[in-house]
Formats: sequence, C-alpha cells, structure tokens
Amino acid sequence: MLPGRNVELYGGLLAVDGFGLFFKVFFLAIGIGIIAIALEYGKARLQHRGEFYGLLLFSILGMNLMAMSRELLTAYIALELLSFSLYVLVAYGLREARSNEAGIKYIIIGALSSAVMLYGLSNIYAALGTTYFSGIAAALSSPATDNPVLWVGLALLIVGLGFKLSAVPFHMWAPDAYEGAPLPVTAYLAIGSKAAAFALTLRLLAEAVAPAGDRWADWQLVIAVLSAVTMLVGNLVALAQSNLKRLMAYSSIGHVGYTLAGIAVLGDDFALAAKAVIFYLVVYAITNLIVFAGLASYYNSTGKDNIADLAGLADRQPFTAAVLAIGLFSLAGLPIFAGFTAKFYLFAAVADGGFLWLAGVAIFSSLVSLYYYLQVLRQIYIEPAAPESGTEGDAAAEHGGGHHDAEPEQDSLPVPMLPRPSITLSATMGVGVLAVIWLGIYPAPLLAVIEFASSAILPMG
Amino acid sequence: MLLVLFAIRREQEELAKRVTFIVTLIPLLIAVFLFINYDRSDSGHQFEENMMWIKAFNIHYHVGIDGLSVTLVLLTALLGPICVLASWKIEKGIKAYLALFLLLETGMIGFFCALDMFLFYVFFELTLLPMYFLIGVWGGPRREYAAIKFFLYTLFGSVLMLIAMIAVYLKGDTFDIPTLIELAKTPGHALAERTFQIWAFLGFFIGFAVKVPIFPFHTWLPDAHVEAPTAISVILAGILLKMGTYGLVRVNFAMLPEGMDFFCNGEGRWGNSLAILGFINIVYGSLCALAQTDFKKLVAYSSIGHMGFVLIGLAARNESGLTGAILQMFNHGVISAMLFLLVGVVYDRAHHREINGFGGLGSKMPIYTGITTLAFMASLGLPGLSGFVGEALSLLGAYSKFKVLTILSTAGIVIGAAYFLWTLQRVFLGELNPKYEAITEINGREIATLVPLGILTIVLGIWPSIAIDMFREAVSILPLVQ
Repeated sequence: MLPGRNVELYGGLLAVDGFGLFFKVFFLAIGIGIIAIALEYGKARLQHRGEFYGLLLFSILGMNLMAMSRELLTAYIALELLSFSLYVLVAYGLREARSNEAGIKYIIIGALSSAVMLYGLSNIYAALGTTYFSGIAAALSSPATDNPVLWVGLALLIVGLGFKLSAVPFHMWAPDAYEGAPLPVTAYLAIGSKAAAFALTLRLLAEAVAPAGDRWADWQLVIAVLSAVTMLVGNLVALAQSNLKRLMAYSSIGHVGYTLAGIAVLGDDFALAAKAVIFYLVVYAITNLIVFAGLASYYNSTGKDNIADLAGLADRQPFTAAVLAIGLFSLAGLPIFAGFTAKFYLFAAVADGGFLWLAGVAIFSSLVSLYYYLQVLRQIYIEPAAPESGTEGDAAAEHGGGHHDAEPEQDSLPVPMLPRPSITLSATMGVGVLAVIWLGIYPAPLLAVIEFASSAILPMG
Repeated sequence: MLLVLFAIRREQEELAKRVTFIVTLIPLLIAVFLFINYDRSDSGHQFEENMMWIKAFNIHYHVGIDGLSVTLVLLTALLGPICVLASWKIEKGIKAYLALFLLLETGMIGFFCALDMFLFYVFFELTLLPMYFLIGVWGGPRREYAAIKFFLYTLFGSVLMLIAMIAVYLKGDTFDIPTLIELAKTPGHALAERTFQIWAFLGFFIGFAVKVPIFPFHTWLPDAHVEAPTAISVILAGILLKMGTYGLVRVNFAMLPEGMDFFCNGEGRWGNSLAILGFINIVYGSLCALAQTDFKKLVAYSSIGHMGFVLIGLAARNESGLTGAILQMFNHGVISAMLFLLVGVVYDRAHHREINGFGGLGSKMPIYTGITTLAFMASLGLPGLSGFVGEALSLLGAYSKFKVLTILSTAGIVIGAAYFLWTLQRVFLGELNPKYEAITEINGREIATLVPLGILTIVLGIWPSIAIDMFREAVSILPLVQ
C-alpha cells in the first residue's frame, strides 16, 4: 500500500489512492475466489473455458477502474466494461435454455439502465458544465446551480446505479439472471458486480454530492426510503422461494438494502458510515463466497439446485453442510460470525447518523431473513436424506412433516454419501470460514485497513 | 474444548462422552473456587477483566462477577456435568450434540459474566444457535416446529433489545454496563431522562420477557420443552429462563430505574404492570399446568408459574422482594432441573409421558417415587425445602407494595399443590398399571444426576443464608424502593 500518496492519472480521470487500492485488492481477491469455484464446475459443464476466464479478467479490470474513477464518463465506461462481460458470462451455459433466457433479460434491462444513466450524466453535464467529481461538488455547493435539469440528472443517475445494484424497484432482472446463470457466474454477480457498483456509488456520493451540505440532506431521505423498500421486498419475497439461486438473489437484494442504508447516512462530517459500508461489503463478499462455494460443491456432485434437494446434506457431505450453516448464519447476522459484527457496525452507524427508524427496519428485516435461511438449514440438518431412487413423492413427504415414525425403513438404508468437494473448493471454504469467524470476533485489523481506505474519499476519517 | 471433541473420531462415542464430562467438571471446579473465594462483603464486581475490543464503538471485552452473576454462574456450572450425564443415552451424532452443548454452556456463562452491553448481547444470541440444533435435530416428533418457533420468537425479542441497546449507546456513548448504570443515575444526563428510560425499558423488557417467559410471550415454552431431549429441557428451564430474569435485574432494574419506576410504582395507568404480569404468570401458568396430561408439559407450565414469583418479587423493588426473586431464580433452576430429569427417567422406560397412562409406579420404583416426591414438594413450596424460601420472600416483599395482587397470587401456590399432588397420585399411587409390571428402577447414573440437586434443595431450604449471603451486598446497591 502507498500510505498517503494520492496520485492522479490521465489528468484527474483516475485516482490511485487508498480507496482505489483497497478495492483493487478486494476485487482481485474476489476474482480468485470465483475462479476457485469455477474450476471444477467449468471442466464439467462449460465450453470455451478460455474465453470464460478472459471475460472474467476483463470484468475485474472494469471493476478496478470503477473504483478508481473520479469522473463520470470514465466511471460509465468502466461500468459498461463490467456489464458487457457479465452479459456474456450470464449466458455462458450455451446449451441451457435458462441461461440464454437469463442472458437476454439481463442484456435488455442492463442496456436500458445504462442508457438511462447516460442520459442522467448528460443532464448533469448540461447543468453543471463538468463531469469531474470534484467539479460537481464545487458546483453543487454554490447556491446558483438550482436547476431542474440537474435534479433530473441526479435522479436518473441514481436510477441507473439502482439497476446495477438491483435495488428495489429496479431489481426485476436479478432473480432470473441469478437463477439462469451458471453457478460461478451467479456468485460473481452477487459478490463482484455489487461490490463494484457500491464502490462507485460510495466514491461518487462521498466526493461529488455529500460535500454539498443540505442539498445532500434531501437526497439522503430518498436513498433511505429506497434502502428500506429494498430490504423489505428482498427479504419478504425470499420467503416464498424454492430455488436456491433465486433465494440467494433475493437475499442479496436484501443485503443491498442494508448497504444502501449505510450509504444514506454518508456525510462530510460522518465518515463512520463509509467504513461501515466497506466493512459490510467485505464481510458480505466473504460470506457469500463460502455459501456459493458450498452450493457449488453440492451442485458439482448432484446437479440439483432446489432447496428441497438439499435434504440430509449433513450426513452426505458434512463439511459442505457445516460451511453452509456457518455462511447462512453469518448472513442472517448471528453473533460470533462476521455477519453480526458487520450488521451491528452498519446499523449503529445508521442510527448514529440520525436514521434510527431505518436501523429499526433493517434489524427487523434481518429477523425475517433468518427464517428463510433456517428453511435451508432445516433441509440440510433436520430432514432425512432421500434415497437415491427417491422420487418427487419422497421429497414431498419429507417436506410435509419429517415424522420419524413414518419412515422407519429409511433408517436402515445406507446414507448415499456424496463425494468430498475438490481441493480448491475445500480450501476456499476453509479459509472463508476461518475469516468469517475471525472477523466476527476480532475485526480490528481489517477495520484499520478500511480506515485507510475510507479516509481517502472522506477526509474527516 | 470444542476442538478436542473434533479430534475424537466419530466412532469413539464413549470416549467423547467421558471427555466432555470431564471438561464440564472444569467450570464446576472454577465455580467452587469462586464460591469459596468470593468476597461476600464487597458489593462491586470481582475477578474482573477489561480489554479494548472494537475501538470505533468503545466496546470492551469486560467481564466480571458480582453477587447476582456468581449465583447463576454456579448454577450453570453445576448443571453442566449433570446434563452431560443425562445425555449419556443419546445415540446418533453424540459428538456434535456434545460440541453444541459445550458451546451453549460457554454462551450461558459468558452471558452472566458480561459487563459490556455488546458482549452481553453477543452471548445472549450465542445461546440460540446451539439450542436450535439441539432441539431441532435430537428432539421429539414436532421438533422442527418447536425449534424454529423457539429461535424466531427469541430472536424477535433480542432484535427489540438490540434497537434499545443502540438507543442507549447513542445517549450514553458507551457500552460499559457499570458506567451506564452510573450515568443513568446522574440527574440531568440524557440517559436519566424518564421518557427515554420508559421506551428503552420497554424494548429491553420485551426482549427479556420472551426468554423468562412472561405472558403473553410464553407460547414457545411448552413446545420447546416437550420436544427437546431431556438434558436440553433441563438446561432450558434451569438456565436459559434465568437469562431473561437476570437481564431484567441487570438492565431493566439497575440501569433503567426511572423506567422501572414507571411500571412498578403502583400509580398511574401502568404502575401495576409488572406486578399484574407476575400475577398472571403465577395463576395462569398454574391453571394451565393443572389441565395438562403430558407430564413434561405440566412441568413446563409450572415453570412459567414459578417465574411469575420472580417477576412479582422484582416488581416490588424492595430488599425482601429482590432477595426472594434472585433466590427463587437459583432454586427454581435446581428444582426444575430435578423435575425434568425425573420426567426423563420415566420417559426413557415407558416411551410416553401421558400422566393418565401410568399408575401405581410407586410399588415398582420406590426410590424414584421418593425422589419425585421430594422434587414435587420443593416445587409446590413446602416449608423446609428451598422452593418455599424464594416464594415466601418474593410474596413478602410484594405484599407491602401490591397487597391485592399478592393475596391473589397465593392462589397459585394452592393450584401448584393441586396439580403436583394429583400427578403424584395418578402416576405413583393406586393400582399398578399392568403395562408396567416389568418397569426397571432408577439406575445409578440417573441417581447421580439427581442427588446433588436434591441435597441442594434440602440444604437451601433449611439454611438459605448460604445462597443469600452471596448476593446480599449486590442487592443492596440496586435502586431499591422500600
């Protein structure tokens, strides 16, 4: 790291500062995690694997640029680089109808949102005459620029970013894209593209808009409401899901809601929120990584991705089951896992920033989310494993009651063990679990690094 | 200790059980050490440890014990090895079961020692995770329903508690419990403001009320108790319920005295609230117990009734009431542990818990009948056994504040006697039910779990000072209202 050195490239378009560097390392780590998940999956189910990894690298480049850009058009181009790579990656399951459908839906909605965002950018430029973040901040601070064109521009910019983040009500593409995409790509969508979009939003709001003082206060309420709606819709609709990838889609929409709450309280004299958001992103990324790694290990062995199919995983692949349990409990925000510490940090920052009601909504949504995570865990640990010749009937019977007495013959059948997950998957899961527990108990080292990162964009660190 | 369990391979179950038993003896030994070395005349916190944990929010790893904590830590440490013994017969996945149990014990002891609100909350939640699995995987036929109900209900309560906790932090700027208690007493400080305290009180109260459980948040208890395996029911009734009441004393009473005053001072619309809730717990809990035909459910409802005594003693806010409440916490922990162990004995043999399905067991299992009679008598409050002292002191304290409610609550004692004696008659006396000609007497291991508890019951009934001495000083510095 280059502490204290802030270098500008290309005449101010990109910044090499603590924030940018932190996120570059973060995105590269995510890339490594995704590749670890994709290795075995790719060998079995993907064609043209070379291009797959190539696209992944391009998208990581896009993400890096997003974190470093200090100017609207550069950010836009970087965002497009990421998006285009993702459009193709989502459709990578060439022979699967679901994958193609997901890809087309994603492209159309993605293109629409990019167009909207570009229109917003052009409006901002028309109103202020500059697209540099620092220029925008200066222009917004002076009362002379009270221009309806500017508000339209900012609103459309938020809409565009909302699409990328899958905030409600711009989230409709997410469940389908997540469900149809190949599993490593779903993981990448959940972790990588969200983190990058948040990095961009953080820098944009912190450098360009937040310094504007009470102008910003108006927008804070808008973002707070968006955040509340996102959390509620994400968590409530997740309750009804039966497909794992769709469930994870709605779960990540819920998490986007929490993170947006943190962004809503950003302010020039309030840098705690930035640290909380970054910390939450890191914990969210690691936790989702181990959950998806667990799902991948199960999928690699069986090719199934419904919640009900997970029945009895505790006996069949115990390591995977334990990792999934830890990951899901962390996502739900149970103590000693990093998820709790991150949520606590975030919600306390939100309450401290003056939005106690939002913290309350967030905490309740967390409670709701526990229910659907528990449903998955119930399948893994409490439901008995269906015999290999099991049909839908057996699964339905287990789902309905779990009465031990009704199936005495199952106890005598040997448990159909699944092969152990591959070395890379096991290693990823192992490291991830250790990180989740470590960060839950002793987050201080990571928080110090994040302090370094956030002080680059919000001077009053 | 958990890691040691992982090291033992799945097949070596006997070894796992023995190792865990020895491991649970370690906290017990430490607890005995504490019991001996605890300075009875010091009202503050002893054996303290305080380290910086999360700087941004001024969160410390601050643990220590005072009179109230040490009593409950002793109880937890005592029930640890007893529950491991009670779990000897568990068949599948004993290693995971014991690992989860150790995690549970860690959470419980940590909770009673925590002196930083964040740590307090972390340990409070930490106990939920193992309980969910312990009930959900090793429980009875409706275990999933009971486990999820327990988890979500309790988490709902703790979520409210979290909001109240964050609000308190925002006003007090610290998470340190002793500091917060001091600040709340300082007139003029934001924390001491009455309206704020009332709302914070409510938040914390609902959180703890789910755990105690207080009517109307009690509906998870019968299901959880009935479906949980025996040893887990023991821990649930013995310790987890006390976590709620401990929280009520430590946070609601000590830290939010204005809020407590609003709900307990007998004036205004809400002044009788806590006392009324205590009364409902006692009478309603006992009436429900009277109606039960499932042995375990009967004991579960009687637990709700006994917790009512703790609540009404607490609502009185005087020395007698508080002493009675805390003593009742400890005694109920011991007695209900005995009761659930006893139910487990007969369930292991008959594989059902229908009270009307038994009869005349006394002729085949005399020792078991004797111990059960002791436990029943203690639970209904027979003078000379420990249950009486706690109940009597609570009611004595409550009488000076809430005369009518206290008099009405004594009905609970009568109803308690009714259902226990009736159960005694239905299960043990009368004609021997021919189905149980061959029933075996209580065995050595089971007796070993019950005897320490029985001895405590008798000793504390005759000489309660041993226990009261531990927390007398701690009670005296609470904001009592004579």
